[in-house]
Amino acid sequence: MTTWTDYLLTDSPSSRRQARLGQMYRKWLAFRRNPLAMVGLCIIVALLLVAAFAPLIATADPLAQNLDRRLLPPSGTNVFGTDSLGRDIFSRIVYGTRVTLVIVLLVVVSVGPIGLLIGATSGYLGGWVDRALMRMTDVFMAFPRLVLALAFVAALGPGLENAVIAIAITAWPPYARVARAETLIIRQQDYIAAIRLQGASQWRIVWKHVVPLCLPSLIVRTTLDMAGVILIAAGLGFLGLGAQPPIPEWGAMISAGREQIFDQWWVATFPGIAICIVALGFNLLGDGLRDVMDAR
Amino acid sequence: MIDVRNLDVRFGQGAGALHAVRDVSFSVAQGESFGLVGESGSGKSTVLRVLAGLNPRWTGQAALAGMPLGPRDAPLPRLVQMVFQDPYASLHPRHTVDRALSEPLEIQGIGDVGPRVERALADVGLGPAFRFRYPNQLSGGQRQRVAIARALMLEPKVLLLDEPTSALDVSVQAEILNLLRRLRRAHGLTLLLVSHNLAVIAHMCDRLAVMNRGAIVEEMDVATLRRQEPREAYTRQLLLASRGYDRDVAAGIVTYD
Amino acid sequence: MDQPLLELDNLRVDFHTPTGIVHAVRGLSFTLGRERLGIVGESGSGKSMTGRAILDLIPPPGLVTADRMVFRGQDLLTMDKRERRKLRGRRISMVMQDPKYSLNPVMRVGEQIAEALRGKGPGVRRRVLEALEAVRIRDPERVYNLYPHEVSGGMGQRIMIAMMLAPEPDLLIADEPTSALDVTVQMQVLAILDDLVAKRGMGLIFISHDLDLVASFCDRVLVMYGGRVVEELNARNLRAATHPYTQGLLDSLPRIDDQREELPTLRRDPAWLED
Repeated sequence: MTTWTDYLLTDSPSSRRQARLGQMYRKWLAFRRNPLAMVGLCIIVALLLVAAFAPLIATADPLAQNLDRRLLPPSGTNVFGTDSLGRDIFSRIVYGTRVTLVIVLLVVVSVGPIGLLIGATSGYLGGWVDRALMRMTDVFMAFPRLVLALAFVAALGPGLENAVIAIAITAWPPYARVARAETLIIRQQDYIAAIRLQGASQWRIVWKHVVPLCLPSLIVRTTLDMAGVILIAAGLGFLGLGAQPPIPEWGAMISAGREQIFDQWWVATFPGIAICIVALGFNLLGDGLRDVMDAR
Repeated sequence: MIDVRNLDVRFGQGAGALHAVRDVSFSVAQGESFGLVGESGSGKSTVLRVLAGLNPRWTGQAALAGMPLGPRDAPLPRLVQMVFQDPYASLHPRHTVDRALSEPLEIQGIGDVGPRVERALADVGLGPAFRFRYPNQLSGGQRQRVAIARALMLEPKVLLLDEPTSALDVSVQAEILNLLRRLRRAHGLTLLLVSHNLAVIAHMCDRLAVMNRGAIVEEMDVATLRRQEPREAYTRQLLLASRGYDRDVAAGIVTYD
Repeated sequence: MDQPLLELDNLRVDFHTPTGIVHAVRGLSFTLGRERLGIVGESGSGKSMTGRAILDLIPPPGLVTADRMVFRGQDLLTMDKRERRKLRGRRISMVMQDPKYSLNPVMRVGEQIAEALRGKGPGVRRRVLEALEAVRIRDPERVYNLYPHEVSGGMGQRIMIAMMLAPEPDLLIADEPTSALDVTVQMQVLAILDDLVAKRGMGLIFISHDLDLVASFCDRVLVMYGGRVVEELNARNLRAATHPYTQGLLDSLPRIDDQREELPTLRRDPAWLED
């Protein structure tokens, strides 16, 4: 017990690996002291667990229709009730975590690196490269995000993957802006001047020195943005351009329940609560990460 | 070793342009330690940055070890290195000491990294325990030692020092100044030291130039400075003002253009 | 002159951090009259924390305790937060090291001083201009309308002083007020402070790391180390310091006329931290 904390918290680590682990452990200790961030982390971990063990948690097949049991209120057999096709809402929400995670994951792996690369390159190199890349981001930012996403989905064809691609294409410009702004500050720093004096190439400076410093603010921004991403995906689903039925996507579930909102409140309410909780979880996590990661 | 002729630097254009360095010429012999003194805005740091290749817009001639330097060229890393003023800003916050010291070797394709890093640390008076620490685990003086070790990794001939101790406590300043003097002897370095502190310059340098508003006011050797017998009124005023507070001196201060 | 301006007895500032309690100031006592008191020390000596503790400006998780803390007969320890705040700025002011961070960047200089005066009406402008003149700003009308980024460091520090002195406080705490300035500008700013102290009979606590400067400017000097005062000196007799820490600091300074090869470095004795 004490041996591994000693290993991590020592003042004189004996390898880069130990130093890095120690630094991460200190960050974790700081993070742990923020109760709201821990709540956020628990929500996201719970989301991951539910997605991983969905078949064990769900009480029924999320796609199994039973028209005899349409629109039943919450009860012992159907904890959250059933929808207009008699499907168990609880099971659909449980499986919906997978859809949500797919969206989140795809957006993260596409938006982060694109924004980071464009922003850091633009900010560090400056000159005509900066002007060209920034005008390109301006073009993307000039359109309302949802309208642009709609246009892309219309061109690519409706579907979850295409919706994600559309979201990613419309979501990277702010990330590039953030990365560029950070880079402009970082490139003025003495440690960048020092590495230039040692003969480092531009690529080396951008990748090994600038990018690692932009990363924290981008991670924080991505986390805080996740709620919005989930909502846009839901919005596209609502318009019939996102996840196609019968995939249990939370946004689409809400839109399916909107006709019965006054008589059968549970159809739209439970997926709404799910979106709410997950969005809150990402926001709390993002706030906590910002506090820990910004401390340079 | 360092030869600067008619160096001129302007920032910006048109009415808002700043003539930061005006027709500056000086030369430093091999193994010599030369100081540039001046108040803020005197252009002393700009001269240093030009020689380090960090300031591409200038006119005039500059040569390091006989090799002429063009405005767009970076000087050879193995010829000249620099130590910066703020030890809190000159080390990458996410790189360990080990990484900061091995990177110059990696870039230049020099092997034998581990032992060299250990030796460099020992050279600046830091034990092996410091090797895998992050900058936030070091004090200001320790950071400056790491920055000096980093500058010496490639065994340069010329070391440019930009106010290397002005961000440090006086007791730490003494340690760093002693270290720099010792390293200069051990490695046969040529030093160009920029400072606003006349006492630091007097302690470290053989010759010095006083700068005001981008131009060199006068050049002198350190004996003249120690005797406090400058030629120019500007330097006299600077000397008086650095002696501590004096009501009469304060009343007599004039601005030199 | 009859009663002291400020009496401090056993002042302590503790920071409760997750890794333990950090004692920033450990049992500091002094009595201040209408004089210039210098507090000297290196970073981490607790000299800035002392100034902040008097003004109740210690951020959480810092905790200030004292046996006695009396300002002109008023007990600061029992005073409620609101009264304390009123005292701050009116009776006790503080000038910090860097005017760039202390002035509001989107407000004209004159308006900021007017706000410090907490006055309204046509008379205020005149009083602001007088305040600017008092710190020897040559063209107060022009400076009144400038924004902080349009003034130089020395000018900014003069504006800060004008602002802090506008309500005519009894005590000014100056925390490294001239460290960011050139030596000649530093002299001029100090001359202004010197005059104001003499003319208004104000008390001044001058916090600095610069021993020589403090010795030449103040009447009395407290040397701090590790949150404690290790030595109290008459400023004129600084060279006669007896404590090894003070001597060590003085020795480690390079001097223009010295020929020493090596500067003696300070050996810190853990015993200095004990009572």
